[in-house]
Amino acid sequence: MSQDKSFTLDGKTVPYQEGQTIIQAAMAAGHYIPHLCFNPEFKPHGSCKLCTVKANGRQTASCTQQAQPGMVVESDINELNDERRVLLQMLFVEGNHFCPSCEKSGNCQLQATAYELDMMSPHFDQFFPDRPVDASHAEYLLDFNRCILCSLCVRASRDVDGKNVFALSGRGIKSHLIVNAKSGHLADTDFSGSDKAAHVCPVGVILKKRVGFSVPIGQRTFDAQPISATPHPKVKGA
Amino acid sequence: MMTSQTNVHAEYLNPILARRQHNPNDLLQILREAQEQHGYIHTDAIDYLSLELKLPRAKIEGVAGFYSFLYLQPRGEYRVLFSDNITDRMLGNMELLENMCAQLWVEPGKVSEDGLLSIETTSCTGLCDQGPALLVNNIAINRLTPARVSSICELIRERVPLSAWPQEFFAIEDNIRRKDILLGSDFKSGAALSALFQRGADATLQEIKTSKLRGRGGAGFSTGMKWEFCRNAAGDAHYVVCNADEGEPGTFKDRVLLNGYADMVFEGMTLCARVVGAKQGFLYLRGEYRYLLDHLQAVLQRRRQQTLLGTSILGEAGFDFDIEIHLGAGAYVCGEESALIESLEGKRGTPRNRPPFPVTNGYLDRPTVVNNVETFASASLIALNGGAWYAGIGTETSSGTKILSVSGDCERPGLYEYPFGVTVAQVLAECGARDTQAVQVSGASGVCVSADEFERRIAFEDIPTAGAFMVFGQQRDMFEVARNFVHFFAHESCGFCTPCRVGTSLLSNMMDKLANGHGSPYDFAEIEKLNGLLQSTSHCGLGHAACNPVLDTIAKFRPAYEKRLAHKDFVPAFDLDAALSQARQMTGRDDTGAHLERSHESR
Repeated sequence: MSQDKSFTLDGKTVPYQEGQTIIQAAMAAGHYIPHLCFNPEFKPHGSCKLCTVKANGRQTASCTQQAQPGMVVESDINELNDERRVLLQMLFVEGNHFCPSCEKSGNCQLQATAYELDMMSPHFDQFFPDRPVDASHAEYLLDFNRCILCSLCVRASRDVDGKNVFALSGRGIKSHLIVNAKSGHLADTDFSGSDKAAHVCPVGVILKKRVGFSVPIGQRTFDAQPISATPHPKVKGA
Repeated sequence: MMTSQTNVHAEYLNPILARRQHNPNDLLQILREAQEQHGYIHTDAIDYLSLELKLPRAKIEGVAGFYSFLYLQPRGEYRVLFSDNITDRMLGNMELLENMCAQLWVEPGKVSEDGLLSIETTSCTGLCDQGPALLVNNIAINRLTPARVSSICELIRERVPLSAWPQEFFAIEDNIRRKDILLGSDFKSGAALSALFQRGADATLQEIKTSKLRGRGGAGFSTGMKWEFCRNAAGDAHYVVCNADEGEPGTFKDRVLLNGYADMVFEGMTLCARVVGAKQGFLYLRGEYRYLLDHLQAVLQRRRQQTLLGTSILGEAGFDFDIEIHLGAGAYVCGEESALIESLEGKRGTPRNRPPFPVTNGYLDRPTVVNNVETFASASLIALNGGAWYAGIGTETSSGTKILSVSGDCERPGLYEYPFGVTVAQVLAECGARDTQAVQVSGASGVCVSADEFERRIAFEDIPTAGAFMVFGQQRDMFEVARNFVHFFAHESCGFCTPCRVGTSLLSNMMDKLANGHGSPYDFAEIEKLNGLLQSTSHCGLGHAACNPVLDTIAKFRPAYEKRLAHKDFVPAFDLDAALSQARQMTGRDDTGAHLERSHESR
């Protein structure tokens, strides 16, 4: 490893390969930077802003910022964690997130990240948007109430499955997920449970039916250990 | 399978698709033209376009859903949109809107039961010097009065086609009040291109650099450097884009430049094309200026006949360049250059991750220059008169002149061109503003200047501006000014990043809470906290700027906020009595028994 292909993350030296962004290199080296729309299997997107770090003193999304030799990156500091907590609160009030009754509880990255960052309340007034669920598909349920607009399903369906089952429509606070059917129903798309898109939702929008509670709450991924200690399965060292 | 239903749509879509050569990059233009034919974008039309353009229908719906002026549901034969900038408000637009709704028996935002019309508000339409203004089926009408509103109601009721409405309704004025080197120039089409041929492309670029011309969209990047970066960037094609998506509230200079000085603008683009080696240019015109389209197409056509565009321009073999006009469809964020390029490519107008910048990775991922309308017009002047001449005007770091769009509380609103360095006070004196409380320079995202700062100068080194100059007299409530801008940003947020998507909505809710008399120092602190987050974590300039109007007015007009902090301690925004309004409407009751005592009001 050449001397100049590394940066520091909160004082620890992190090696990187040419073209890697900060979070890609950090995760490969076993470090955790909070994130939701980033998934190491996909091209960085940069929309949730949870992964915001200070790179050489300037705030930037670590998923889209290319690593540079000798860069000084700060991530786990109060100032940034305070901001991340507010971003999480924004995501919670924007949708309808009722963790105790959610099938994804314990496996949900939004919930786990909120625990990680000690988010104790949603703080802001709830928006309570009206987002009907789509139960049309025989095997899968879409509960849009929990959508955080990370677009991972859009990217997976388009880039991996070659199908374009999902897309974003609307603008601003009215942005929302749609499916590729005139009826607007998942059952009328070519969606299949074997699609990559069926398995990338970080929250509880895309759910396989009839297995919601087959693993009891208390025995799920993030029940055992915090998200910061649970590397993505596709990342080296996991 | 073609059903007769689809045939209805194929009939008007086929000519559009043929004209657009079935190019999926023209999706936004195709949708816009389809809507002009059918009034809205029918679900069967999406099916047909999906088939013909080989695009997923969800993508088409996603694009249509992004733009305010595109409708996926019927919005009436007559779609009325009242411009809702603060200057329209000051001229009484809301009273006129209510008046029109009452006359036509329709609720704002809803389609009338007979499907005849809808009435809504829209962001600033760029007619602040002759407001209040509205758009009917995207065509602009200025100088609204109660009488004009009544006439419009009558015309709609009688179903008179828009083409047969009185021409004076559509007589948009230029209102040029002060001319300098640009507005006062006696420009002859082709003159700048002749100068280019005499001098050569390299020397012309040098003149642009010598002139120290900086981008007129507000950011002030060196035009010469931008052209040079683009010219030096590798790519199998280069593009020139003119940003005429003049959406910043209070700005309307590009409207006038494109109406009266289009040759200078197109010629500037052509100069740039020669310098960077582009064969294709685009004018991205905001949808609110749809009424300028025919005029601009005619100017382009004439320039082609004069061999100022097309193949072998002015007989120069190998110098081929043409310009296509793309219209926006009601999305302020597309004024951001990378969002504009997404929109040009027929996509949702979401700003890209930068770097890379458009000069290397722009339209279709190729090197692209994006400049403001006024920048290209200035480039024509520089090609004619030389860079040293231009650099001698204005200040050391802000060369040349700036066109200001003056509106609000003054006697002579309109366009004022000054050499950079002019003081706010001088502009106020010349536009006939008296007893001025504040000036909002450069629109909602700009700077609010208070009376003790009127000796400050319009220049990149002091008050940079894209041109808006909104004047507020002593009688105006600066809190309401800021609240109008905050609502504007919430409406125009693209929704891509969390802080801007949710933060701008939270911010407008908090400002509304203060306006509704439920404010306390707690809310004030919350507003300041949100502003900090928007500034530090947003994806693009819209989010960064969304807090400017609030931060500025808090700093300079704090009493306007303090008088709204009616409560010492926190009070919830939730209004129990207001929550009953739907029930009151359904039961037709409005007596005291149908109201809850508003307990917190009595504190």
